[in-house]
Formats: sequence, C-alpha cells, structure tokens
Amino acid sequence: MKVSTETRGGAELHWHRIRLIENPLLRNGLMMLAVAYIFWSVSSLEIEWARVANGLPRAVRMITRMLPPDFGRWQLLIRGVLESVQMALAASFLGMILAIPLGLCGAGNLVPKPVYLIARTFIILSRTFHEIIVAIFFVKIFGFGPLAGVLTLTVGSTSFISKMLAEDIENMSPGQLEAVRATGANFSKLLIYCVSPQALPRYLGVSIYRLDANIRHSTVVGIVGAGGIGQVLAASFSRYDYDFSLAILLTIIALVFLGEFFSNWVRGRLR
Amino acid sequence: MSVKQNIDKYPDVWRRFSPRETLMRYGWYLGVVFVVVWSISNLDIPWFYILDAHVQAKDLAIRMWPPDWDFVNQLVKPLIETIHIATLGTFVTILIAFPVAFLAARNTTFNAITWFVGRFILVGSRSVNTVVWGLLFVAIFGPGPVAGVWAIAFRSIGFMGKLVAEAIEEIDEGTVEAIEATGASRLQVLWMGILPQVLPVIYGTTVYRWDINIRESTVLGFVGAGGIGILLYSSINQFMWREVAVILITVFGVVIASEFISATVRQRIT
Amino acid sequence: MLEIIGLSKVYPTGTVALKEVSFTVADPQVVAIIGPSGAGKSTLIRCINRLVEPSAGKVMLDGIEVRSLNRRELRKMRRRMGMIFQEYNLVERLTVMENLLSGRLGYVGFWKTYRRKFPPQDVAAAFKLLDRVGLSGYQDTRADALSGGERQRVGISRALMQQPDLLLVDEPTASLDPKTSRQIMRLVVELAHERGTPALVNIHDVGLAQSFADRIIGLSAGQIVFDGTSQQVTAEVLTEIYGEEDWSTTIRKIEEDNDQDTQKGDSRHKDRITRETAAG
Repeated sequence: MKVSTETRGGAELHWHRIRLIENPLLRNGLMMLAVAYIFWSVSSLEIEWARVANGLPRAVRMITRMLPPDFGRWQLLIRGVLESVQMALAASFLGMILAIPLGLCGAGNLVPKPVYLIARTFIILSRTFHEIIVAIFFVKIFGFGPLAGVLTLTVGSTSFISKMLAEDIENMSPGQLEAVRATGANFSKLLIYCVSPQALPRYLGVSIYRLDANIRHSTVVGIVGAGGIGQVLAASFSRYDYDFSLAILLTIIALVFLGEFFSNWVRGRLR
Repeated sequence: MSVKQNIDKYPDVWRRFSPRETLMRYGWYLGVVFVVVWSISNLDIPWFYILDAHVQAKDLAIRMWPPDWDFVNQLVKPLIETIHIATLGTFVTILIAFPVAFLAARNTTFNAITWFVGRFILVGSRSVNTVVWGLLFVAIFGPGPVAGVWAIAFRSIGFMGKLVAEAIEEIDEGTVEAIEATGASRLQVLWMGILPQVLPVIYGTTVYRWDINIRESTVLGFVGAGGIGILLYSSINQFMWREVAVILITVFGVVIASEFISATVRQRIT
Repeated sequence: MLEIIGLSKVYPTGTVALKEVSFTVADPQVVAIIGPSGAGKSTLIRCINRLVEPSAGKVMLDGIEVRSLNRRELRKMRRRMGMIFQEYNLVERLTVMENLLSGRLGYVGFWKTYRRKFPPQDVAAAFKLLDRVGLSGYQDTRADALSGGERQRVGISRALMQQPDLLLVDEPTASLDPKTSRQIMRLVVELAHERGTPALVNIHDVGLAQSFADRIIGLSAGQIVFDGTSQQVTAEVLTEIYGEEDWSTTIRKIEEDNDQDTQKGDSRHKDRITRETAAG
C-alpha cells in the first residue's frame, strides 16, 4: 500500500499528507460535486417532513413497545429458526455441488472461450437480482413455503461459490497446469490431480462462508412467503407485535453470531 | 527400459493418508450427507409443486412477453429515487461506520466494554437484513425514501465497520508511534496516524458497498421504503407481468452498470 | 531419434518466434540450446510436445510426426516426453510422492488416480528415484515446503517417472543459486546418460552449457546460428548468437555471471508468460 510505505520513511522529519487524488483542483471539485449531489438528491426525494419529524417520538414509542422482548412463543421461534438453518444448509450444499461445474466452466485457463463466456454470463445473471425478487418468482412457480426459499438461496450460493472458484482457478500458476498436461494427463486427471488439490481448501472455505451468509439471507426470503424465521418476523410486524419482533431479531442476531463463529472456526482449521 | 530393474529393495506401497485419516474423511462425508438429508427431509417441501413447476414457469414467461415498453416513462423517477437512496444511505454509513470501527478495533478502542459495544453494533447491523431494517424504519418514519436511506445505512454500517476495523487492526504501528512520540493528542494520532492509512480501505469499501446498496435498494419498496421496488411490488400484485418484465430489465441494467462503475473506480484507487 | 524439420512458429500477435528450425538428435546426447532472451528457446521446446502449437514444419520422434496426432494420440506421445521447468511447476499442495507419481498419470485410470492407487512398481520406482536424487525420506513432505533445489529435484524425478524417450528441459537452473545450479545441471546430465535418454536443455548460462552439454545449439532470432561441441564455442560464435560483447571473461570464468543472469532469466520468463497468454 502506497500510504504506509511512504509515511514509514519520513514520518518524523518530513510529513505531508498523502492524498488519493494528488491534483487539488480535481479533489476539491469532486468534494463540491458530492456536496451538490447531496443537496440535489435530498431535495428531489419526495419526503413527508411532517411524518419524518414525528420519527423520533415514534421510535421511542416503538422501542418501549418492544421492551421487554417477548420470548413467550418460543416454540414458534425455534421452529422458525430451525427452518431457516435447514434452508441454509440445504441451499449451501446444493450450491456447492452446482458450483463445481459452473466454476470450472468459468475458469478461462481451463475451458474454451465460448464455454467460458456462457458460464460467466450465467454467473453474472444469477447475481444481479436481489434474493427477494428471485424469491417472488420461485414463490409464484413453486408456491409458498421453504422450497421457494431453498431454491432462492441455492441460486445465490451457486453463483457466489462458482465465481470464487473460477477466480481461484484462474489465479493458479499456469506452470502447474502446463506441467501436468505435459505428463500426458487428460482433462479429468488434470482436474483431480492439479486443480482440485490447489483449489479445494479455498472452495471449502468459501462454501462455509456462504453457509453463514445463507443463514443471514434466509431471514429475509420469508418476508415474501418463502419460509423460515423471516416469515414469522414479517407476520409479527404486520400484527404490531413488536415485543415478539424484538425477540425474533435478537434470536437472529444470536444465530448469525453463532454461524459466523462456526464458519470462522472451520475456516481456521482448513488452513 | 523396464521399470522393475533393480528396485526390489524399495518399498512398493505408499499411502497418502493413514487408515485413521481416511476413516475421518469418510466420517466427515457421512456427517455432511446426514445433515443435508435431515435438513431437506425436515423442510416441509410440497413435492407435487415441483412436478407442476415447468408449467407455471412457462405460463409466467408467456405472460411477461412482450415487455410493455411504454411503461418505461413511469420508471425514470422511481429509478432515480432508488439510486438516491443507495447513495445517500452510503454517505450516512461513512459518517457512522468510521467511529464504530474505532471502537471495534482492538488497538484503538478504549476498554473491553467499548470494544464489546463496537463489536455488538457491527454484528447486530449485519445480522439484520436491509429489508428487515426497512420494515423497522417504515414503522418509524412512515413509508418513503427516508426509511429506505436509514435502512441502507444501518445494514451497511456493519459491513463497512467490520472491514475498516480490520484495516485499523492491521495498520503500521510504526507510523502511529512516530506521531505519538511527537506528543500528539489521541485525536491527532487518529487524524494524522491512523486515518491516512485506512483511507484507501474506506474509499474502496464505500464504493463496493454502494454497488451492493444499489441492488438492495431495488427491493426496499417491497416493505414501503421507496424506490423502484414499490412499482415492482404493485405490478406483481396486479399481475401486470408485462410491466414486471420491463422493470426487471431496467433493474438488471442499473445493477450491471453500477457494478461496472464500482469495479472501475476500485481498480483506479487501489 | 528426434528430428525437427523446418519448424516455424508465429504467434497471433505477429511475433515470429521460430524460423525454419531443423536439426536431428540421433544419439542419447545432452543438447544445450543457448541464445538471448526472445530467441525462441522456450517456444522450440514447447513446440516439440505441443504445449505451443507450431505454425509449420515437422517434429518426429522415432518416426512419428507429432503435429499430425489427434488429442488422444498427443497425450500418448506426451507420456514419452519428460519435461522439466524453470519454475519447477510442482503441484504445490501435493506431497513429493504425489508429484512424482503424477509422472505416471498418463498410464493410470481415473479412479485409481483419484484414490492415489498407483501400481506397486511405480511406487517402488518413485522411491528409487527419490533415493537417487538425494531426497529419500521426503515422500510425505508437501511441495510448498521445499527449497528451490529440492523442488527441482522433484521436478526432475517427475519427468523421469514417465520413463521418457526424450527429456525436454526448460531453463532448469535460472531460478537457482550458482552452486545449486551446477548440482542440478550435473544431476540432469548424469541421469540422462545413465538412462540413455536424449535431452534438450534450454539454458541461458553459457558456462554451464559448456561444462555439461555434449552438444550446443545456438539460437538467435528464431534461427539456428550454431551447432557443434562445447569446444567449438568461441568468442566469434557467441558474438554471432548474442551480438557484440567482450566474451573473454564469459568463456574463462564460467561461474561468476550467475547473479545477473538470474535476473535476465526472470524477465525472460515473464516475457514468455505474456507471449503465451497472448497465444491463447
């Protein structure tokens, strides 16, 4: 990094701020533009200021209604959480499996150009739309419930893991591939003897990370009826059951925290 | 030349893994399969819907075609609003995430309690999805873009704060010491010693998060928090599938464009 | 017997790497190919096993024309050519033994490869080679834990595991220090002679080439400008290959120019990588 190396040498004797943009005209110009943008965007948004002004007392009222969190319906809570975790597990696993062919096809150093382009287009396409949009379509096609949720999360997982896998393979040193090809190995042996050992640890790490991300995402697909704890949360909100909502939110935070802890632990062991 | 020549004194068996390691590996495989089977079988999956799915999908596709291009005129304003929500939300994020990152970084926090508070804010912010934040802020500020901006900001604080905190923990202590040695106050150390070092990270993550936020703000309308999602939601509810098609194409274009911009800017600044 | 007839290579970028190169290696001899950066040494070696596709000409190994082979036949042909690389090109996360056994990949089925079940005689041959190159006991060490010299020994062993009829050696010493370079070069030459395998060795270090090779081919701008024994390499010859320079020190003191040459080798390697990426 440019900043640290340059400051290390002459920090005490000769200090000058290192700027990202050295040209002061351009830098200040950009600053002005940013400020102007804020003014323009705020004024162009149609904001009901009266309602916003009420926001603070409203927030206070809402928080008082949230407290204390109501864990009375813990059975419902546990069922929702379990469903979310199961959705996340199933989707991560499916994503892992589907990502292998897609990731291999998305690695430019392994496959011919047309295959590469098709795979990459596929990866980009499946990443573009927000989970909720995807979930709505799956709900329309497969009906309400966790199936739509699992499929939504699978789409996201597949594109994420395959993108990472493809980039990893592309970053392999070309010499290894060349050397194994030079022994007369065919494509399948190249995969299991050269690509797989080099890419496997990161692939597993990314998959575990995605499991943790899926737990987070599984809380939101429920809002459009695709199952999981999100469905319970949305229902409690629409009933103004705020103390139950807070209980759900705290549970989600705890769940995500656990998921992250687990994922860090596993990834630490993979190294 | 024959392979067998004069090799009798060398062992001809070699195992990559000991039997114990092999057993462990198969144990892991079995465990994973068990967990996945348990998950899928426990989920209440209506298998008959799957048989029906291709009919439904085809039906949906037919009804979306051709896209209702006249609808584009009504999209411009909500689209601009979507971009504003994402951008303003990102601005707000920078203002809040930076101080929180200081609390959450081990080498700049004040004590164990402030560190825990910082970490808790980061984890809490990230655990709650943007849309769920949207639900909350719509309840507070009423429907509209203001709720959207806050939703975007509250979700992004965790993301940016975490990355910036990690960057702070990895900074070059030498520079900080050099500035402390001049007798600078804590604030001066922060301003002169730490900020310049993490600034590139801040810029990078800001741009990166902005592009994610564009994507997120396209669906905030589903819970009433402004942007193009409102139109998408109402079109879907009214079964105006040809309008839905236009909206999806537009959203696709905007998301791809923002990803491109973000990638280009990040390449220039790092 | 290796015959190369009118071999040419033009990269898609328009760079002419080889122009009508012809020579024959009839006896099991060690042939050093010397020449400046970009003379086409790496391209020449890679055209023989078609890691780079030649544009014109013939490559014949024991009467079989390599360029006419389809992909399946080419893989069979590659099993007969062992290759050793400048950057060792080991599979970093695999053990030494796995890297050696990768020389047998062309002979073992898919599932056996997956389960690392290689025939007993291959395993024994691998242990013997490890012993021969001075790495006995290293079989379970991961390749990324080895030093440069050790890696190159593994690289040499991998190539020999193929029981090759021809060794293709691409700058085996360019990433090594002078002492290790000599050891590695000696090992390559000894093993080639022991097994009666002809070897083509790209080498930028004229001194090393002179001390170890049976025959030297000088390549300049994609063309052969010299073909003879080490003793025949004179200042005039070097001038023809590399251009005008005071060669007296190079010929007499053969070890001292290693440091600066390592750098040259590196930049050439990068150069080659860029060219090859451009080639597709």
